[in-house]
Parts: sequence; C-alpha cells; structure tokens
Amino acid sequence: MNTTSFRESVFLVAGREITQRLRSKSFVISTLILFAIVLGSILISGFISRANADSTAPIAGVGAAIAELETLPGVEVVEAATIAEAEQLVRDEEVDAAVVPLDGDSAVPFEVIGFDEAPGGLVTALSIAPEVRLLEEPGLPFGLLYLVAFGFGIVFFLSAVTFGGTIAQSVVEEKQTRIVEILLSSISARALLAGKVVGNSILAFGQIIAIAALAALGLVLTGQDVLVTDLGPAVGWFLGFFAIGFVLLAAMYAASASLVSRMEDVGSVLTPVTYLVMIPYFLVIFLFDNALVLTIMSYVPFSAPVGMPMRIFLDQAAWWEPILSLVVLAVSTVVIVALGARIYRNSLLRTGSRVKLGEALKG
Amino acid sequence: MLQIEGVTKRYGDRTAVDDVSFTVGGGRLTGFVGGNGAGKTTTMRIILGVLGADAGEVRLDGSPLGVDGRRRFGYMPEERGLYPKMRVHEQLVYLARLRGMRAGEAAERADELIDRLELTERRNDPIEKLSLGNQQRAQIAAALVHDPEVLVLDEPFSGLDPMAVETVLGVLSEFAARGAPVLFSSHQLDVVERLCDDIVVIGGGRILAAGSREELRERNAGSRWELTVDGDLGWVRTATGVEVIEFDGDHVVFDADPSAAQAVLQRATASDAVHLFGRRRPTLTEIFREVVQ
Repeated sequence: MNTTSFRESVFLVAGREITQRLRSKSFVISTLILFAIVLGSILISGFISRANADSTAPIAGVGAAIAELETLPGVEVVEAATIAEAEQLVRDEEVDAAVVPLDGDSAVPFEVIGFDEAPGGLVTALSIAPEVRLLEEPGLPFGLLYLVAFGFGIVFFLSAVTFGGTIAQSVVEEKQTRIVEILLSSISARALLAGKVVGNSILAFGQIIAIAALAALGLVLTGQDVLVTDLGPAVGWFLGFFAIGFVLLAAMYAASASLVSRMEDVGSVLTPVTYLVMIPYFLVIFLFDNALVLTIMSYVPFSAPVGMPMRIFLDQAAWWEPILSLVVLAVSTVVIVALGARIYRNSLLRTGSRVKLGEALKG
Repeated sequence: MLQIEGVTKRYGDRTAVDDVSFTVGGGRLTGFVGGNGAGKTTTMRIILGVLGADAGEVRLDGSPLGVDGRRRFGYMPEERGLYPKMRVHEQLVYLARLRGMRAGEAAERADELIDRLELTERRNDPIEKLSLGNQQRAQIAAALVHDPEVLVLDEPFSGLDPMAVETVLGVLSEFAARGAPVLFSSHQLDVVERLCDDIVVIGGGRILAAGSREELRERNAGSRWELTVDGDLGWVRTATGVEVIEFDGDHVVFDADPSAAQAVLQRATASDAVHLFGRRRPTLTEIFREVVQ
C-alpha cells in the first residue's frame, strides 16, 4: 500500500471519530461539567484562602492594651471602657477576645480574656518568640502536595478511562454492527486502528490542554501566580508524557475491545486495562511522599505520566530522568502498539464468543 | 475479468474452501449458489481480501489483487452493517472517501444513489431510524457509492420486498452492462436463474459446477425428454426403454436413451400432429439438487 492512501485513511477515520464524538450530547455536557469543576474548585479554594488571609479578628481592648493591640496585624480593635464591659463583649461574642491591663508587677502587663477557649493566635502574637533557624529550605505544604498529586492522578485517570472507553466502544460498535467487514475491504486494519487512536488521542490531549489552561487561568485569577511558575515544568512534562502514554493505553483499549463482539462484554474485557490505569492513580494519591515508590512509578510506562511530573514538581528528578523515562515509555508504546495492532487485526472478523488472547496473538 | 484460482482456506482441521477456481466475466452477472456452510461467504471474503487464503490467488484482469485494486470493488457482506447513528448521506460519503473518492464527487454519487434507491426522504436520517428494507437499500448504496469496477454481493436480495428486488436488479444489470464483473450469491434460485448469465455452484467447499446458464442446463439435461401432441399419449407408458416421469394426456415427460426417444417420436408423428418434442432441460433448482447430492 502506498503511504498517501494510508495517511488519508487514518485521517478520515480520525476525523470521523472526532466529529461523532463532538456531536454526542453526553460527551459535550460531561466535558463542560469537568471544565466547570476544575475552574470552579480552583476559584473557590483561592477565594476562601484569600478571604482567610484578609480577614481581621475583632478584639476588645481596655486602656493601655488598646495601643498594644493596634500594633498587631489582622486585629480590629474594639475599645471598651472597663474590664467588665470588655468581658461582656466577649460573652456576647461581639469580639473574639479581649485584652485588658493587668495590675501589679506581672512580667506581662496584660491579661487575655477568652470565652471558653484560649485564643491561641492572639496569645502567640502577644508573646515574644525565640529566633528560629531552619537547616533546610522549607518544603511545600502537605496539603498543596496532596492537591497536586491528586490533580495529576485524577486528570490522567479520568482522561484515560473516558477516551479509552470511547475507543473500546467504537471498536465493538464496528464489530457488533458488522460494518467492520466493509471497512476492512476498504482500508487495512492498521489504518483503522491508527485512525481511532489518533482521533481519540487528539480529543484526550485537547481536553487535557484545556484543563491545564483553565487551571492556570483559575490560579492567576485568584492571585496564586506563584503556583503557576512552580507547577509549570511539571505540567509541561505531564502533557508530553500523556501524549505518548495515552497512545499506549489507547492501543491496549482497542486490542482488548476487539476480542469481544457485543457491547455487554466490553466491561469485563477491559478490566485488566482499567486496573493498569487505576493503580497509578491510587499510588500517587496515597504514596506521593514516598520517594522510592514515586521513583519506581516514574519509570514504569503505565504510571510514568503521573509519577515523573510529580517528581519534577517535588524537585526529586535529575534533569536526565524525565528524558530517560520518556524514552522507556516511547519504546514500550511502539511494542504495545505493534502487539495491539496484531490482536486487533486477528480478532476483528471473529464474531460470537470472546476471542482468546493467545489465538488473537497467533492469528 | 475476475479470476479465482485454487483458493483454499482451512480453520484448524476443517477445510472451509478447498481448491476453488472460477472466473467472473466482465459485463456478466454471475450467480454464486450453494447451501448453508458451502463456502460462499468465505470465498467472497477472500476475494475482498478481508480474509487471507491459505493457498491460491485472486486476480483481476490477469494481475494479482492488492489493497489498492480491491478499493475499486463494491462489496456487500452477508452480515449487514452500517454505523447506526450516522446519517445516510454522510455515511455513504464517508465510505466512498475511505475507498479513495474525492469529497465532492462522493457527495454527488451518494445523492444520485439515494435518489435511485428511493431513499431521498431518508437522506439525513440516522441509519437506526430506517425500516429494515430501507436499511438494506442503504447497504446496497454503500456497496455502489464509490463507482466500483467489480461488484461482489453476498445475498443482496434477502430482506427486500419484491419491488425493491426489481430496483436492485435494475441497478446491478446497469453495472454489468457497463462491463463490470458482478458476482452475487443468493438462496433464491429462481432469481439467479432469471437474472444470471453465469452460475457457479459450490458445495462442501468445492466447486460442483460452473459455466453459463444455458451451458449448465444443456450439460445436465441428461436423457429426459418432453413430448406434446394432438391426441392421447397413453401408449408411451408401455413403449420399450422408456420411463414416464410425468403424464398428462397429450403431454408426457420421460427418461429414455436417444434411440428409444427417437422411436417414440416416430410413432407419435405417425399417428398425431407433434407440437413439441425435445430434450427437457432442467431448471436451476433441479440442477442444484442434482449436483449438491
């Protein structure tokens, strides 16, 4: 076969996959919901944290304490004439706490009045803290790390499952409706498979880029630009790994689906692949602070798209590591795609009961 | 001319198609008949390259067929199938383009066929909304949309009402008239007999008979005779070397060797006016029954 007709066939098949998908209402709606969740959660969490940072606590002050309180950040001073009045304000919950002058020769000439618990923040603010010297640069907060790990994990998992599932459905649809025989008399099985993988990879990749852009937009809008620069390289590598890693998964989804002939059987035949996608997701969420697990993950092809960007974000990876891992991923993708194409070609015309993997490989 | 030469296909121990050879002439409608599991579908799939053969070759005008050559084939598989959610016109254009037709040309051809097959009102309906008969028409359009040079159709008439059969027959004859080889299988032997120039009979994976319709009937005519006269033919029953098959007063069908038959004819002309005498040529159904057994 000459290459132009192969390329044209792939182009046509990919075009059909994309237009059919974009025309499906459920796809458009679920994508918009996903976008809304990404943007919404970043905006909301951003505004909450900013609101916390900007908020001031009302504190009642009496006499000399007023001047002292005015030097503290985040405190709105409510002046009270007497200690009893200040206590009343605390009791009425008009203020969070009160600071009143203390008679006598106490080391601290003030008394802090709380309602039913000690106002820790205020006490700390009024205390003299010893000098602190850190031996290492401060790490990123655990919550943020968790969010980033969760972000990479969920985006990879959702995209792989959604678009892998789409490929699987499209393969079985063609088998179930028997149109595959007409298709195979027009173009080669390889072109058909390539078109499906390309079409769905473009959709998946487009969705991921849109999510990355929305996330960046959300962070900038909420004034968390710093995070964008911190995350930038990791996200960039994530996109690169995803582009190749998805092709690998797509080939596996297509090959698995080609073993069955009915939509009802798709679920069970996809189970092994689904596990391969789910395991990295759970590992990165629960064990992202375990350097050994993360290092292994960053080289295993199925989890590298999640593991390596996480290590880059944590500054654990040397400059050559992502490149090496990308090469490993690319080579395994070539091998898996070749095997997948073989299974696909050998199973397409076998309708009826599920084709055994060994038979499909042998042909 | 489409040539199938020594094609063999095995599934494990079972030989589905065994050393099958025949030709489909250009401009001729060739009927491919055989019982269930005789090997028709397997042979057709091999012709289209959808299945690989274990041995043998398929040639078009003398040169072996490759993927590009097969793109010029129109194929209707036994198992029907189109994308249920794609619209009729859109789907036809897609299939035509997969076979290398330009978009504009494909759109025109699709509209032409839609009109021809009386699907005009369904042009923009998804296939799944069509009645079964109309789905079948769309399926035929899918086989023809890219202006194929060779047609291979597996049971193109099954599921069609008599009107639709006529429409499809018209379209197929048109293709053949343009010089294209047309091969189709059918269980409806009367249709095959009426329509086909050539007939190939397959059974148990082997070709049992092949040739032009007339040739086949002649070859299988055997020693059956038919006689109609102006008078009563009761005496034929007792004539020597004659076995009467059908008797109806002035009309008789009998088996006899040529000399005994000539003796019957002589006696008949001596007594009555002979309206008809001749070898009784079998119908396709009879030939089919004969060769398949």
